[in-house]
Amino acid sequence: MHDSILTYARSRYLWIASALSAASLIAYNLYDPGGPPNGGTWLGYTLGTIGALLIVWLMLFGMRKRRYGSHTGTLRGWLSAHIYLGTSLILIVLLHAGFQFGWNIHTFAFVLMLFVIFSGFFGVYVYLRYPNLMTRNRESATRDAMLDEVAEIDQNALALADGIDPKIHAIVLRSIQNTRLGGGVWTQLRAHDGSDIALDSLHAAMAERDKRADMKTTEMPTMFAMVDFLAGRATDKQGEAMRALIDLISRKKGLATKVARDIQYQAMMEIWLYIHVPLSFALLAALIAHIVSSFFYW
Amino acid sequence: MAERFKIAIVGSGPGGLSAAARAAERGESHVLLEAEPHLSNTIFRYQKGKFVMDEPGILPLRAPVPFKAGSREAILDGWDEAAKRLKINVRHKHEVSAIKQASGGGFELKCGNGQTITADFVVMGIGLQGNIRKLGCPGEDLPCVQYQLDDPDEYSGETIVVVGAGDAAIENAVALARQNNVVIVNRKDEFARAKKGNEQAILKAIEDGRIECYYNSAPERVDALSVGRKKGRMILNTANGKAQILIDRVIARLGATAPRAFVEGCGVTFPSKDPAAVPAISAQYESNVKGLYIVGALGGYPLIKQAMNQGYEVIEYILGHKVEPADEPLLKARFAKMPGFRTVDEALARIQKNVRLLAAITPLQLREFMLDSDIRTPKPGETIFSRNDYTNTFFSIVEGEVQVVVDEAANKRIALRRGEFFGEMSLISGRRRSATVLAGANCVLIETPRRSMNRLIASVEAIKRAIDEVFILRVLQSRFAPEASADQLADVVAAARLERFKAGDVLFNEGEVGDCLHLVRVGSLTISRNIGGKDVVLSYVPAGNYVGEMALMGESRRSATARAAIASETVRLDGESFKKLVNRIPVLRLRLQSEYRQRTAANLAMQALPSGGDVISFLLAQGAGEATDILLIDESLCVRCDNCEKACAETHGGTSRLDREAGPTFASVHVPTSCRHCEHPHCMKDCPPDAIHRAPNGEVFIADNCIGCGNCERNCPYGVIHMAYKPPKKPGLIQWLLLGRGSGPGEAPYDSHEHAAGEIKKAVKCDMCKDLSGGPACVRSCPTGAAIRISPEEFPAYAQSRR
Repeated sequence: MHDSILTYARSRYLWIASALSAASLIAYNLYDPGGPPNGGTWLGYTLGTIGALLIVWLMLFGMRKRRYGSHTGTLRGWLSAHIYLGTSLILIVLLHAGFQFGWNIHTFAFVLMLFVIFSGFFGVYVYLRYPNLMTRNRESATRDAMLDEVAEIDQNALALADGIDPKIHAIVLRSIQNTRLGGGVWTQLRAHDGSDIALDSLHAAMAERDKRADMKTTEMPTMFAMVDFLAGRATDKQGEAMRALIDLISRKKGLATKVARDIQYQAMMEIWLYIHVPLSFALLAALIAHIVSSFFYW
Repeated sequence: MAERFKIAIVGSGPGGLSAAARAAERGESHVLLEAEPHLSNTIFRYQKGKFVMDEPGILPLRAPVPFKAGSREAILDGWDEAAKRLKINVRHKHEVSAIKQASGGGFELKCGNGQTITADFVVMGIGLQGNIRKLGCPGEDLPCVQYQLDDPDEYSGETIVVVGAGDAAIENAVALARQNNVVIVNRKDEFARAKKGNEQAILKAIEDGRIECYYNSAPERVDALSVGRKKGRMILNTANGKAQILIDRVIARLGATAPRAFVEGCGVTFPSKDPAAVPAISAQYESNVKGLYIVGALGGYPLIKQAMNQGYEVIEYILGHKVEPADEPLLKARFAKMPGFRTVDEALARIQKNVRLLAAITPLQLREFMLDSDIRTPKPGETIFSRNDYTNTFFSIVEGEVQVVVDEAANKRIALRRGEFFGEMSLISGRRRSATVLAGANCVLIETPRRSMNRLIASVEAIKRAIDEVFILRVLQSRFAPEASADQLADVVAAARLERFKAGDVLFNEGEVGDCLHLVRVGSLTISRNIGGKDVVLSYVPAGNYVGEMALMGESRRSATARAAIASETVRLDGESFKKLVNRIPVLRLRLQSEYRQRTAANLAMQALPSGGDVISFLLAQGAGEATDILLIDESLCVRCDNCEKACAETHGGTSRLDREAGPTFASVHVPTSCRHCEHPHCMKDCPPDAIHRAPNGEVFIADNCIGCGNCERNCPYGVIHMAYKPPKKPGLIQWLLLGRGSGPGEAPYDSHEHAAGEIKKAVKCDMCKDLSGGPACVRSCPTGAAIRISPEEFPAYAQSRR
């Protein structure tokens, strides 16, 4: 049945990671190196070896993920172990170093490792939180279906605007052309689609018009032009069409907001990997440098 | 005076054409009557360029007309050329409307164009497609009225009226609406006959105004116009009076008239009312009307090559020659294993003598049956199948005996002897084997695949009856009283009835007085109670289990409502006789009581959940009731990484068989578009090369002999099968990484649209990774455990885990 990566197999890997940490702590406290504890002692080498092997193993996750036909456990088990053992790495490496820091390659590798691990923590957070948000936001529709509906509303809005006035048509057309969903990383993460402007509250918009006239947002001109139109020259029938148009556009607004948010959630669930993975490769390089320098420049 | 021939051949399809060609080759007086102005209308109507397969590959072709796998055009050209070369006496536009036995012997064939032809012998090769149903109003044969659409992109900017409400009509209308102004005419007020996807597509198109629809309307007249921009005018009878539409084209897709009425009109009888039944014919293809022969699909042989061989043979038989049937060497090979085998005929006779079940079928049916079946001679003690296997073949015992392990722990066995059969339970219910069967001494068995057996059951009533009777007795024994003898159960068996229910039908209602017990034979049920005005599903009852015993065990009223979750069949056991049985077998009472207690406890647990049953109801509404294994995604865990789809594609040659995003969601439970491995797979229904099978662990998969006809794709109500070219092979990891060749792991192929010439699209579907030792790749590659596969039996437990 369904359970999360943290509780997988009754949190088997939490217990393993805890046992590993506890054993390291006990050994650290019992062992007297006859000097300040550091990586050069017997225990330091042992913990260092464990840590290095763990790092290599943790990085193998990326390979396991792409070995689709593999039958070495499930990917879920691997991820659960990846999280818990990765976390225990902080303690093991601290003990390995005997809490010594400095401006050198060794501490650099340690800091890189912390970046990797904490970006991983962020990943765990978004993995636990965002799926629910995404489901709630979508309300059973798929993103493609929402985009289709947006396109459809655009068509209908254009058709409607065409019957009102060429100027309105031009405005609606421009607004459609200006609607952008997705885009660069930053746009995706900000979930920006101009929805900070509430189309349905026309009066508020009218009141604020003068104040924010200099703001250049994509939707403002559309709305103000329509407000102008409503207030001024529209005949009754046109006014009705106008209202229908505004309804349509506000509906589209709602949808566009949803899509933008959906993209945002997805981006959040992916973006951290662009930090986590490259940094882990950097860590691997730093780790090799750390090991080589430890042995050659004793 | 009517023209007279020795042999009249009706229909110029593969069977008829081959018969005519053989008659021409032999120099016999013959005539080939064809309704259309071209040969072989069914194949002529295939879409342009369609690749036609020549299954079954093992069967040699023995017709004077060439045929091998190739494009529709190549095959038709070959046939036209052969017809000319052999000087076949073909009469086009001669639609035979009646065949009567003439008073002076022979037959009189009345044609639609008024001509009458007499012949000593008639070979009927009219197929099952029958004749296309026309508009049935004046103007139906005008050039602007057509009954087929090859390529919707040929037309643009036209006003086209599509008549019909089936899948063909909808598909045509929707495709044409891209470039044309389309009006669809529907006799009824809904599109219920069509597949769900098509129904949604047409309703959406109508709602969007892309297609105009006339409901409750029928064409009254089509006129050709000589002036104006439009070619014609169509008058419709609508609910609100008459309507006139100026048209460029009318496309009528009204299906085909079944030829059964016509065939029966010729005096030929059908063995059953089943629409799938075909007329019984002798080994020489002769029907019950002497001198009237039937070849091809109408006789139950839908494959082109079979029909062509029959066409050849039937002429030889008519001329009084003895032909060794084309399948003789194949049958010989089949029987070679049989101890004491001498000739095919003798072996067939021995089978019919020993196996009572097969005694009633015609020699031809038996040959066909044996061609599909395997002879097995297992050594004593060998396992024929194991309990919980998912196989669904049917076994008949020709010699020796087998041991059925009734109770594994107590090593209790029942022996089945010569003439008996087994394996019918899984065949009927579509579920796992209920017991292990071991071979006894000198065992000779016939193993028949599901499809051939079902075809036989559908066409021979006696076989169906015999199997049903044995089924009831055995299911009683296995489910209730293994210790009871057939005699003790005789009363219950005699009072038992088979009942059918449509999805959603009620077996009994809460509060009714219970007088019977239902044993589910096909399909599944839900048990629900009305709590606070709302129907709450408490449990799910798959085939092989029973309901309704509670009311017989003490309480006299039904404590819950039983409903068919999908189309189901039950064995209804009469309450009185069942009570008597319970009184006679005390251990049965104890067994029922203990099961009763368990169920009550489970029901109470479900009832205590705030919305436990809702998830089950949702799943059943998605058709999960007929599933054996369904993929569910917990959207509160799914990080939308699509690793499941990637894994599916990577482990199946580059095409994913799963669409994660599509599909409904309820309370975070998402049912993606992915195969559920139905108990009675819809996709298996109509597979010409019989390429869809169920593996021993339950996986329904498509074998390599798929011919790409697309029937399974159309038959699947869940849209989980699609047609795809084989994507190019992916490079190795190193090649990709260092040389940049092709696409990398998890990436879609770059050029999925390119494919080798002559390659055809084949059907692809989930095979539950039956060839991977670890199980389904989608589930195993989900990093967060959002994807799981469960069977409907686990639904209650699943619902409880999601409180």
